[in-house]
Amino acid sequence: MIEARDLTKDYGDKRAVDGLSFDVRPGIVTGFLGPNGSGKSTTMRLILGLDRPTKGHVTVNGKPYREHPAPLHEVGALLEARSVHTGRSARNHLLALAQTHGIPKKRVDELIDHVGLHEVARKRAGKFSLGMGQRLGIATALLGDPHTVMLDEPVNGLDPEGIQWIRTLLKGLAAEGRTVFVSSHLMSEMALTADHLIVIGRGRLIADASVTDFLAGASKPLVHVRSPQGEALREALQGPDVTVTVVEPGLFEVLGLTAAQVGEAAAAHGIVLHELSPHQASLEEAFMDLTRGELEFAAT
Amino acid sequence: MSAIAAPAAAGRERVTQLRVIVSEWTKLRSVRSTSWSLFAATVLTIGFPILASAVISAHWGQRSPGDRAHFNPIDPALVGSQIAQLAIGVLGVLVMSAEYSTGMIRASFTAVPKRLPVLWAKAIVFAAVTFALMLPAVLIAFFASQSILSRHHVNLHFSDPHVARAVIGAALYLTVIAIFALGLGAIVRNTAGGIAAFAAILFVIPPLMNVLPTSWNNAASPYLPGNAGRALLAVRPDSSSLAPWTGFGVFCAYAAGALVVAAILLVRRDT
Repeated sequence: MIEARDLTKDYGDKRAVDGLSFDVRPGIVTGFLGPNGSGKSTTMRLILGLDRPTKGHVTVNGKPYREHPAPLHEVGALLEARSVHTGRSARNHLLALAQTHGIPKKRVDELIDHVGLHEVARKRAGKFSLGMGQRLGIATALLGDPHTVMLDEPVNGLDPEGIQWIRTLLKGLAAEGRTVFVSSHLMSEMALTADHLIVIGRGRLIADASVTDFLAGASKPLVHVRSPQGEALREALQGPDVTVTVVEPGLFEVLGLTAAQVGEAAAAHGIVLHELSPHQASLEEAFMDLTRGELEFAAT
Repeated sequence: MSAIAAPAAAGRERVTQLRVIVSEWTKLRSVRSTSWSLFAATVLTIGFPILASAVISAHWGQRSPGDRAHFNPIDPALVGSQIAQLAIGVLGVLVMSAEYSTGMIRASFTAVPKRLPVLWAKAIVFAAVTFALMLPAVLIAFFASQSILSRHHVNLHFSDPHVARAVIGAALYLTVIAIFALGLGAIVRNTAGGIAAFAAILFVIPPLMNVLPTSWNNAASPYLPGNAGRALLAVRPDSSSLAPWTGFGVFCAYAAGALVVAAILLVRRDT
């Protein structure tokens, strides 16, 4: 369980996290979504007490992270930035962290096998590929068999097999009753693993809903229309919350109206339609919709 | 997977200072920079005195009577430790700064979020390792160099006045250098900056003192960290430096000061 209340962090005069309040509940996978630079990693650092909030507070399993006598048993974390000495072997890295909590060597060796690093466990971590580095990070996160697992962009750099492995792992951890909090800038990835979503943009909370509610509530209806009378159709559909874009000559994408509304408007103006198809907005589109305008550097 | 993550798989032990010390020992011995720096420090501490004594011994016949009278046989014995302090200092800075440059510090502070146990453990482990290696090294350096000098009967014996204090003092001096450098590394958090600060304080500032008026220089120089610490290595009384244990006490205060500043910053700063 993670509880953030009015969490705010300034770096100089730049506000990285802005009044975030949310709960991450046990037993499900909670996705933490936002464009790059929206404050996900900062929020995770605040949760772990690596950075101090400017305002507000956050607790993990009822206490600020720093106050837990055995923090690795409370939260296991994989941070986006590498957190491994490049000159140390994977095994010694895990061993040194395990020793702070009196976790036995046996557990370290089990985890190395579990994440598939057996062959390279005695090699210097600096020589690891991105994917191997992620696997080591996940082994680090699981070291203390924690109640809460928090992973920042875990699928970064993993091959398809590795991505599949992460998905299964996250669902398994949640099924065991743990709190699983996973960040990503990829909606499609979250669609496959998460049960609940916390979406932020420019450090502010945009949405906090189940994946189902998110899809239903956040997306505007999207309709594909084929008509030989493009200009007339455009004028007929004009409205404050309606966007009509030309996909290809004769094919239009209408955002903001249902298929029924488009059909009725066309009939009222005597416009011929060759195709009228409602589109289920994908999670990705819903996400883009929500974060449009929240992007620091919007792509044009 | 469920089996590996099952709650029974790991104990529920808390973080203790002793456990953090064990962890820091694992960290220190598992990177190459440690073995290289400590190997260099040991070789320099033993090698230079042997070389220096051999050269002095070979040219003893050509020395003027004045030179011979001024010769202080403790000098070649401890010359190595003065060069080795650079290797110890660089490693001391690295023990802290490498955590920041590699990002390891985030893992370390996630495991030990109270942070200070990490700093104390690093200081304890690194100081203990330094003393454990440097004490035999200075003893070997002393006995080897004096046995070379004994050919001309100008050697010192370990039982001679102040000799034991000076020789063991060289190992103590290097141990405090280790703590001082570690403190600097924790304050600066950057390898190049930390080594520059260390070199400036020990090697650059002392000669610069000569630009001061002589009376100021004479009054201030004995209190510089290196000069104060080296007072412990003297066998003959020297009016230009502090009394041996006073000087060493001043030096320890510098190292403690660096560590305290590091501790305050460590708790306050973001990682």
